Amino acid sequence: MPTFVYMTRCDGCGQCVDICPSDIMHMDSVVRRAYNIEPNMCWECYSCVKACPHNAIDVRGYADFAPLGHSVRVQRDEEKGVIAWRIIFRNGEKDMTLLAPITTKPWGKYIPKLADETEPSQEMRDSQHLFNEPKYIRLDDGGLHTLESNGLKLKAGVYY
Amino acid sequence: MAYKTIIEDGIDILVAGAGLGGTGAAFESRYWGKDKKIVVAEKANIDRSGAVAQGLYAINCYMGTRFGENNPEDHVRYARIDLMGMVREDLLFDMARHVDSTVHQFEEWGLPLMRNPKTGAYQREGRWQIMIHGESYKPIVAEAAKKSADKVFNRVCLTHLLMDESKPNRVAGAVGFNVRTGNYHVFKSKAVIVAAGGASNIYKPRSVGEGAGRVWYAPWSSGSAYGLLIGAGAKMTQMENRIVLARFKDGYGPVGAYFLHLKTYTQNCNGEEYESNWWPQLQEMVGKEYLDPEASSLTHRPIPTCLRNHALINEVNAGRGPIHMITMEAFQDPHLEEIGWHNFLGMTVGQAVLWAATDVDPKNENPELTTSEPYVMGSHATGCGAWCSGPEDISPPEYFWGYNRMTTVEGLFGAGDAAGGTPHAFSSGSFTEGRLAAKAACKYIDDGKAEGIRISDEQIEQRRAEIYKPMEHYRVYRNEITAGSVNPNYINPRQGLDRLQKLMDEYCGGVTVSYMTNDKLLHIGLKKMKVLEEDLEKIAAENIHELLRAWELKHRHLTSEAVMQHTLFRKETRWPGYYYRGDAMKVDDQNWHVLTVSRRDPETGEYTMEKAPCYHLVEA
Ligand SMILES: Cc1cc2nc3c(=O)[nH]c(=O)nc-3n(C[C@H](O)[C@H](O)[C@H](O)COP(=O)(O)OP(=O)(O)OC[C@H]3O[C@@H](n4cnc5c(N)ncnc54)[C@H](O)[C@@H]3O)c2cc1C
Ligand code: SF4
Ligand code: SF4
Repeated sequence: MPTFVYMTRCDGCGQCVDICPSDIMHMDSVVRRAYNIEPNMCWECYSCVKACPHNAIDVRGYADFAPLGHSVRVQRDEEKGVIAWRIIFRNGEKDMTLLAPITTKPWGKYIPKLADETEPSQEMRDSQHLFNEPKYIRLDDGGLHTLESNGLKLKAGVYY
Repeated sequence: MAYKTIIEDGIDILVAGAGLGGTGAAFESRYWGKDKKIVVAEKANIDRSGAVAQGLYAINCYMGTRFGENNPEDHVRYARIDLMGMVREDLLFDMARHVDSTVHQFEEWGLPLMRNPKTGAYQREGRWQIMIHGESYKPIVAEAAKKSADKVFNRVCLTHLLMDESKPNRVAGAVGFNVRTGNYHVFKSKAVIVAAGGASNIYKPRSVGEGAGRVWYAPWSSGSAYGLLIGAGAKMTQMENRIVLARFKDGYGPVGAYFLHLKTYTQNCNGEEYESNWWPQLQEMVGKEYLDPEASSLTHRPIPTCLRNHALINEVNAGRGPIHMITMEAFQDPHLEEIGWHNFLGMTVGQAVLWAATDVDPKNENPELTTSEPYVMGSHATGCGAWCSGPEDISPPEYFWGYNRMTTVEGLFGAGDAAGGTPHAFSSGSFTEGRLAAKAACKYIDDGKAEGIRISDEQIEQRRAEIYKPMEHYRVYRNEITAGSVNPNYINPRQGLDRLQKLMDEYCGGVTVSYMTNDKLLHIGLKKMKVLEEDLEKIAAENIHELLRAWELKHRHLTSEAVMQHTLFRKETRWPGYYYRGDAMKVDDQNWHVLTVSRRDPETGEYTMEKAPCYHLVEA
């Protein structure tokens, strides 16, 4: 398939359409519900599945090698910062729930606004340093590595 | 067609494609260019786009200098041996000396990095890889880019770079169209950083029909990083060095964590270790310099990835497939079992879907491995991409023309898959390269190098006509037939893609020919490629979505042609396991210890090939 949309759950909100990196979740103009317009360009990346507020999207494994009857469902909770998976095997013998954190900090606060940082000095500009370096490299007093600092010299190995 | 033309003028830095490289570029640009206008154009939604859309379970490039683990030169040695000697050591060293700062920032931003409770260092998966809970990797770096950019244009597919008309060989922006509204977008910019990703789907995939999207590199990786650059006449390097991956069969689930952290291993159908059986024969092909199993077992010197592929491919061809990953031992430990599954859920859900669907429980059954179709990318265990300038304090003269990561077109920079000769950058390294390119692009502008750019209305109009031509072609010819998809005057993008994949597969060493090609095959392939180019002029797009596919195909075509030209030029088999030149089966250091460089003339489409020196900056 790989993704498909349950008719009764979808309310046509368009979140899946907004997120799909392959541009294949589209809205059916007649029933105004989402569907996968190009299953053979679907990566089963689950971006749309995670984005759907109504759990309306599911995945049926690729028909060329995956039999019917399994289930891999997901709930991604931004507030709590966790993602929960449930995997049920086709034969029903395995039913697993797996949890993982998706972030350690609340969204939106911890990435600096570089426009608010002090202007880099000319010395910084002329150096090889990037933002917040060298502090962020070793997080100690060691400076940036150069060939010289690391006791290396140019060694030519050219053959034509 | 009533599509509007939307012009964004006065841009200082245009970031073309915002995956890992592009987000790094957008973020860092703001620091060095506080008052600069920074604009991002991305064909999908920046929150989930590119190769990392579904997440990653590891950061594959981290030195750990802070913990006394590695120095940049160690990484150069590693990447060099893995790529059979052929890398740009200046670019690698430069990326490696900065990459830790990128990773430390990621942690500060909230990306969950696992720690080793004993040492306090990040949890290592292998010498270079650290483990993360990376489901939200992409949304996190996207936030950084959005905070820095003046504007982010989502769903704008870039098709061409704009060229300055006051100075030859200088970039002036880019054009494309919005894949939702259809509107024509013009970005006039002083500098452009291309980070539009590598290429999947240029070779016929093993999966068929509905499953064709099940490729290892994302199906939306359309080789635009190469298509845009080649189309603008930038020099490319190492395009013959496409990658084949050993992965779990059908799902293409990654094996890194399995081998390195879970300590699983492979066996042939008879339950035997097989790799070492191939080393003596292989050593004759590549020489002891590149394959020295004794040295490898004594030191950390790895056996090159391509050579391990070679062993797998040959073992299967010898009739001793399937190759199994021995998971049953490791998976008895519930903690390791959980990691095994998380690894897929974090970056290749399709593999978990497959095992659930086929009742393969790796605790009770050893799953099969296979080799993938080839991909063209510059940031994994392969180094395709643009021929870029290196940093001033490291690069020898042949590698240096003033601005770090600038291509041979002025004002045009590359990062991630776009930058050539820099394998093993992966996600963190790609982001780092974006940052490096951003600083250099700001300097380029501040040095006054981008003054006086001129773009005529003709250039803009000409590109506009070109972009929508597939829709026009469809409109003109669709009524010539009753209905259906078979038309004597055009092919649609899917049909074109099928043709390209068949051609690449059969003539340029895809899976159906066991990665084998030769001079004769490549010449035929190139001829067919030219004819396909003519047909691509007649491609038809029924709607805007198909127009997106049409342009992706054109970028894939440009990429493929470069791959063929390079494969033809390098008359040796430098990377057995990625591809073989049947007419030159050996590594030939005498003649080919060089980097290959190509340029496609944008006017004539003619290729010129040259050899460039391969400098080893770091002692073995
Ligand atoms: C399955 C898988 C597993 C991986 N595992 C790991 C791992 O464990 N650890 C690790 O560090 N790395 C891993 N990688 C590698 C890593 O993802 C890449 O090295 C990295 O994402 C490359 O960055 P990039 O910016 O060059 O390309 P991408 O991140 O792919 O970004 C390219 C961007 O350009 C956009 N684009 C493309 N064409 C156009 C166009 N014409 N116009 C506008 N925008 C366009 C795309 O939508 C995308 O956003 C893995 C990759 C895959 C596929
Ligand atoms: S799984 Fe991914 S590629 Fe497939 S429809 Fe959903 S978002 Fe698109
Ligand atoms: S996100 Fe869910 S509810 Fe909204 S359109 Fe898509 S399938 Fe329907």
